[in-house]
Amino acid sequence: MSDLAIELRGIDKSFGPVHANKNINLSVSKGTIHGIIGENGAGKSTLMSILYGFYQADEGKILVNGEEITIRDPNVAIAAGIGMVHQHFMLVDNFTVLENVMLGAEENAILNRGIVNARAELKRLEDEYALEVDPDAVIEELPVGLQQRVEILKALYRGAEILILDEPTGVLTPAEADHLFRILEQLRDQGKTIILITHKLREIMAITDEVSVMRRGEMVATRKTSETNVEELAELMVGRRVLLRVEKGPSNPSDVKLSVDGLTVRDNRGVVMVDDVSLEVRAGEIVGIAGVAGNGQSELLQAITGIRQAEKGTVLLAGQPIDVTGDADPQDLRKRGLAHVPEDRHHMGLVLSFEENENAILGYHYDEEYLNGPMLKLDAVRSHAAQSAEKYDIRPPDVRLKTANFSGGNQQKIVLAREMERDPAVLVIGQPTRGVDVGAIEFIHKRIIEMRDAGKAVLLVSVELDEIRSLSDRILVMFAGRVVGERTPEATEGELGLLMAGVEEGQEAAQ
Amino acid sequence: MSVPYAKLPLWVEYGLIPLINLVVAFLVAGLVVLIVGESPIKAATLLVQGAFGYGEGLGFTLYYATNFIFTGLAVAVAFHCGLFNIGGEGQAYIGGLGVAFACLALDGIFPWFLTFPVAVLAAAMFGAAWAFIPGYLQAKRGSHVVITTIMFNFIASSLMVYMLVEVVKPLGSMAPQTRTFLEGGQLPRLDWLLSIFGLDIGGAPFNLSFILALVAAFLVWLLIWRTRLGYEIRTMGASPTAARYAGIKEARIIIITMLISGALAGMMALNPIMGDQHRLQLDFVTGAGFVGIAVALMGRSHPVGIIPAAILFGMLYQGGAEIAFEMPQISRDMITIIQGLVILFAGALEHMFRPAITTFFATLGGAGKQSEATAAGE
Repeated sequence: MSDLAIELRGIDKSFGPVHANKNINLSVSKGTIHGIIGENGAGKSTLMSILYGFYQADEGKILVNGEEITIRDPNVAIAAGIGMVHQHFMLVDNFTVLENVMLGAEENAILNRGIVNARAELKRLEDEYALEVDPDAVIEELPVGLQQRVEILKALYRGAEILILDEPTGVLTPAEADHLFRILEQLRDQGKTIILITHKLREIMAITDEVSVMRRGEMVATRKTSETNVEELAELMVGRRVLLRVEKGPSNPSDVKLSVDGLTVRDNRGVVMVDDVSLEVRAGEIVGIAGVAGNGQSELLQAITGIRQAEKGTVLLAGQPIDVTGDADPQDLRKRGLAHVPEDRHHMGLVLSFEENENAILGYHYDEEYLNGPMLKLDAVRSHAAQSAEKYDIRPPDVRLKTANFSGGNQQKIVLAREMERDPAVLVIGQPTRGVDVGAIEFIHKRIIEMRDAGKAVLLVSVELDEIRSLSDRILVMFAGRVVGERTPEATEGELGLLMAGVEEGQEAAQ
Repeated sequence: MSVPYAKLPLWVEYGLIPLINLVVAFLVAGLVVLIVGESPIKAATLLVQGAFGYGEGLGFTLYYATNFIFTGLAVAVAFHCGLFNIGGEGQAYIGGLGVAFACLALDGIFPWFLTFPVAVLAAAMFGAAWAFIPGYLQAKRGSHVVITTIMFNFIASSLMVYMLVEVVKPLGSMAPQTRTFLEGGQLPRLDWLLSIFGLDIGGAPFNLSFILALVAAFLVWLLIWRTRLGYEIRTMGASPTAARYAGIKEARIIIITMLISGALAGMMALNPIMGDQHRLQLDFVTGAGFVGIAVALMGRSHPVGIIPAAILFGMLYQGGAEIAFEMPQISRDMITIIQGLVILFAGALEHMFRPAITTFFATLGGAGKQSEATAAGE
């Protein structure tokens, strides 16, 4: 028996002209946690998809426990003892935990005996790995951290010895992430092998034994975690030295530009998502809203920017009311100096099937500058787009290219260029660096600070706590639709983490 | 995990793929002909000969194509807004009422070239009005246009029977149709256009509406790709959330798009009524509204694709009639099957050959060329 759980030799994979994996070699020792880190588009997910049988490699060999196998589809991978926990959970929301764990691994068409066996097996797994979940709980009623635990149980139930986790902490609070890491350590100590895919350097340092770095489809380095550091890994990922800390001077806040009072917003199902929220943003400051995704941040942004109707409350933009409970018009708000970088650039901030220049005017297409009566002035649109592309270093600088063909970072720059170049009084930004590579993150952060220094009022929403802490001048924490606390950026991660998890101020003091 | 994107050359996207779909459709159709016991090659020859081989055949082909250009454009405009207007049939039918009113009122007073613009306007307005109701219901009440436009086809059908039997039929006539229009309500034929190529149009009703259809195609192109309204329509169709973000009034755009779509469908009525029969009859649309869906699909909702697609279907109609005439084994219904196959392969199975072709061109094109420009799907 080999002491390597996984060995990849010369894996090569292209999608058309995109060379996603170039001659990848990777060795993962048994009973270790092996991190794979790289920017978006570096080829991490492609590599794991090959290992799990979603794709076939064009070339190369896969050895599992020293034996070469051909993984034609996920069933082969599962049979070989490989389990995968996807970034987006593959659970049936209205099934119970037990039903989800059994799904696809039922013993026969009639479930009665299978259920009894599955329940016993689930109990055994729970005891062995301290993974407590109520087997009869319905998935949609479980918090995200527990849903993820069900995903892990699913893999273990199918006899996984090797677990692949794809960006597992993206949806978790810091406390939940810590809990996950303890589970992973325990699994390792009992002999399981874990491959952790992430773009977060700190997670790699916190939990892995070894780390491999990918860049542009190549495996550029493998290090023992104890022998490397964050700076080296970041440099390996990007291929140049990166400024990890944001340089920013003290803020100089003046007049209140955006004022929200008693805002209550329901989502499409009628659930109260924003509950009596009040906040103020002054010119020349960045107010960050921290919180785990789904605690009302999205609805708050949408209500302020006139995209979603609020139930009650008032919002003042530079002292003038916005009709948030009526039909506030995003076009009108833009004219009044409210710029909005939406959280979801794929569905809201951009039309991916459009040419780049068409997206460069989205929302500003009513502007006289681009119009000649009812006709669009294509020349004006394209030259405007070309200027923005140059100023924001949008690559490739081809304004006729379809927007879907730009990388995440460049797509985000298209949105930022459009919203920032208008010299708005208030800038509302959601998830500025989601799915954006490290190099572009640096650029985007710099721009946001520049906006602040130019006297703009910036309201920033992000689920990346690091981002909130490094950019904000004041931090508000949202939990279950309410603002549960305000902190300075000096607040510790633990303190913010508790607030994000809904621990009230009083309880916090008691702890 | 997004699917990695590989861009196809334009001539492949708009030329080769439709062509391959078409060839496969004809191969399968050939099989059907073979099963019936006729020679597929002879049938194909008859089809092409009948549609393009002589002046009168070509005249008929283009006459049918005119119908399909209008209805194809109607479907395409709605497509760009993300709306599936199945109601072209009904909108064209009601459009016919507009044409008939204009012609009945003016044919004795004005020459055709003065009646024509009024008839165009009336056809467009009647068609638009019929599309307005489903558009309004979609925009304001969320009733799906697919359902409502289908239902409105039936309502149009009943309404037209009532109108023809009870209202516009001349007193004492036994047939449910209007009186025949006078000179002032008849469009000139385009015999001169074919005679340039030395072809004799014979009895084919190829008329001025064809030119109007081409003008409409150009105007649709201008609308969709060169105007602010078109930009808003396309944004709405590609991403309703992005449209809302951009401050585009959803309800307004849906209603306007349906009005334009309905107007285009309504204008189809000019061709048979003012250009051919010179009176309003029952069921003059004969499925052109539905063929328009296939034409728009095949033409990729672009006027430049819609015109050849419309001519293709015109060929199937005209050439099909010739086959049915020459080959007694092959009935009219068989022709419908062949048309159905073309719709199946061009529309429904549009993506069947795409993955293979994409892979082929990707390996052919080499890796380096576009990798910079293309974001790797992770």
